[in-house]
Amino acid sequence: MTTTKKLWIGLVILALLSPLGLIIPALFGAGGAWGEWGLEEIKKLIGYVPQGMEKQGELWKAPLPDYTVPGQGKGLFGESVGYVLTAVLGAALTTGFVYFFARMLARKSGRK
Amino acid sequence: MHIPDGYLGPATYGTMYAVMVPLWAAASWKLDKALKVKQVPYLALGAAFSFVIMMFNIPVIGGTTGHAVGATLIAVLIGPWAAMIAVSAALIIQALLFGDGGITAIGANCFNIAAVGSFVGYGLYRLFAAVSAPTARRRWIAGAVAAYVSLNISALFTAVQLGIQPMIAKAPDGRPLYAPFPLEITIPAIAMEHLFLFGLVEAVMTALVIRYIQRNEPELLG
Repeated sequence: MTTTKKLWIGLVILALLSPLGLIIPALFGAGGAWGEWGLEEIKKLIGYVPQGMEKQGELWKAPLPDYTVPGQGKGLFGESVGYVLTAVLGAALTTGFVYFFARMLARKSGRK
Repeated sequence: MHIPDGYLGPATYGTMYAVMVPLWAAASWKLDKALKVKQVPYLALGAAFSFVIMMFNIPVIGGTTGHAVGATLIAVLIGPWAAMIAVSAALIIQALLFGDGGITAIGANCFNIAAVGSFVGYGLYRLFAAVSAPTARRRWIAGAVAAYVSLNISALFTAVQLGIQPMIAKAPDGRPLYAPFPLEITIPAIAMEHLFLFGLVEAVMTALVIRYIQRNEPELLG
C-alpha cells in the first residue's frame, strides 16, 4: 500500500474519532475557545453587546452552524453524530476544493 | 483562534484581506509554476488533515478549548505556499459552512493561522534542520520546535488584532464597537493557553507525523 493511501485511511479514522474533540472538553467542563463567544455569551461577560458586533455578528448564517446537522439527536450522542457527519463532509469539501484548484493549475501548465 | 464576525472593525478586517489577497495570488502563481501532479494528493491530504485536526478540541480544565492546526507540518511536507493554500481552504470551508470563524474575518484568520503557521513554521524548520539527512532525529525535533513557535506567533497576531479594537473603534458613548477587551487582557489570555497547552499539542503532533514519514517515505523530506 502506498503511503498516500495509508495517510488517507488514517485521515478517515481521524474523522470518525472527531467526536472526541467534543466529548473530552465536555468531560472537563470546558467551553468554547477564548474570544469566540456568541452575542449572548458576550452579554454575560461584559453586560452589553457592542454595537458594531451586534450589527456585523449575525451577518452570515452558516448552513451547518457549529458542526451540527439539522435533525440530529439531543445530548452528547446527537451532537457526536452531527460532528462526525460534518467532519466527513467538511474534509471531503476541503479536499475537493483544493484538488480541483491544484489539478487545474498543474494541467494548465501541462506538467505530469 | 478563529475570529468570528463582529469582533474586528472594517479597518482591521479590510487590512487583513488586503494583505491576504496578494499572498493567495502569489501562492497560485508559485504553485502554477512548481506544483507537480504527483504532489496534488499531498496538497489535498494536507487540507483535509488540517480541517479534521482543528475539530479535535482540547480542553483547558474548567476553561476554554483550543486545537492543533497542522500548518507547519504541512509546510514541512509540501512547502509553505502549498501549505498556506491547504490551510486557507480548510478555514474558508469552516467559515462558510460551519460558521467557525467569520466571513469578514477570513482574511485575518487565513493570515494568522495559515500564512503565519506555514511561513514561520517552515522558516524555523529549515533553520533548525539545517543540512541534516531526511531521516535524522534533528528533523522531527526541528519540526516540533517550529510548530510550537509558529502556533504561538499565530496566537499573538490574533490577540493583537482583537486587543487593538477597543482603541480604534469606539461608539459615541465611548464603549468599544467590536471586540471589547484590551491588549492587556487578550494577549495573556490567548498566549498562556497556547504556550502551555495547544502549542505543545501542535509540537507533538508534528513530530509524530514527521517520524512516520521518515520511516515510510523519507524522500518527501528531501
